[in-house]
Amino acid sequence: MTSMNSKAHMRISLYLPVALLVMGGTVPVSAAGSETEFRAAYAAAEAAENEAGRLRNRWTVTEAALAEAKKAADKGDFDQAIASAREAEALAKASIFQATSEKDAWKNLEIR
Amino acid sequence: MSVRSQSRLALAALSALALSAVQPSSAADQPDPAADARAFRNYFTNKFPNVKLEDFVNGPYALNEDMRRQWEEKEQFPPYEFSLETGKELFAKPFKSGKTYADCFPHQGIGIRQNYPYFDEKEGKVITLELALNRCREANGETPISYTGEDMAALTAYMAFTSRGKPFDIKIPDDRRALQAYQNGKRYFYARRGQLNFSCATCHVQNPGQRMRAEVLAPALGILNALPIYRSEWGGMGTVSRRFTTCNSQIRGVPLEPQAEEYRDLEYYLSYVSNGLPVSGPGARP
Repeated sequence: MTSMNSKAHMRISLYLPVALLVMGGTVPVSAAGSETEFRAAYAAAEAAENEAGRLRNRWTVTEAALAEAKKAADKGDFDQAIASAREAEALAKASIFQATSEKDAWKNLEIR
Repeated sequence: MSVRSQSRLALAALSALALSAVQPSSAADQPDPAADARAFRNYFTNKFPNVKLEDFVNGPYALNEDMRRQWEEKEQFPPYEFSLETGKELFAKPFKSGKTYADCFPHQGIGIRQNYPYFDEKEGKVITLELALNRCREANGETPISYTGEDMAALTAYMAFTSRGKPFDIKIPDDRRALQAYQNGKRYFYARRGQLNFSCATCHVQNPGQRMRAEVLAPALGILNALPIYRSEWGGMGTVSRRFTTCNSQIRGVPLEPQAEEYRDLEYYLSYVSNGLPVSGPGARP
């Protein structure tokens, strides 16, 4: 019995910190972590969109994804907010690529 | 192949690339507006050999028999008529200063549409008719009106109507900045943008006469000669500014501000390559 108790105690002492660590990592800190993650994702998307704006080549869908990210974050839905911010960043980067490549590529369409 | 010979090959390729990069640009890269205009016109007349040159200003109606018949019937009671009347009244209405729009333009603003846009050598920029109208207002103590609104459409409709039939006569003065503005406009016309990755040319050079959903795409040649236009799709009149900004949003691009330098240069380019074609505005489109 004693040995069983000590085994059980050992298991608890082994697993509990791990379980607490996992719980701690996913439950209470999770919301704060998500918000931090959202802020980082949104800042990256916004920076890319500002660059697209500097190149005079913003896309409506990027603006919509940024607005969607903000809306979701306001509701506390950080998973959606992060997903939308990442989508916005990918779209903004595509528009930057387009503006950059079209600096020369436009000539391919020119009537000569 | 040995590593050494691979490196030599790579070096040679790089040197060739560097050499080609520093070679002076060929004559073909220099803007030649007159040659552009000839090529532009030839492209459309070859693509549509049965369409008379002056008929290109009628956009899709020049290319589609059924639409043309409907349009000819509609022209008996044209949908832009009310706007035309409003434009005439607005044009004659005195500002607080006692002056009118007529005082800001050559020939009192009558029969001058074909000369716009022009390059102002003093300012070094392209001046469109819409911009000139708002500058006239501001010079007379009035607030500018919306470039995409009904009043601007009405005013330009009236001015276009007084110029109907006059051939576009856009000039590029012997000024490096004018040539640059023309070239910038050309680049804007051909550059792809928006999530749909379309340029102006995708619709109006590569696909005129084709359907885009319910619309028949207009040829780029003479496309501005019909503006402003009444569009059934809009349920009202639209200026050049409205046309450019909606084109951009239709391809999922964020439009620039109306009368942005890019749009003014685009109008300069597109008008220049349609030189010789008559003013047909105000027009009507589905």
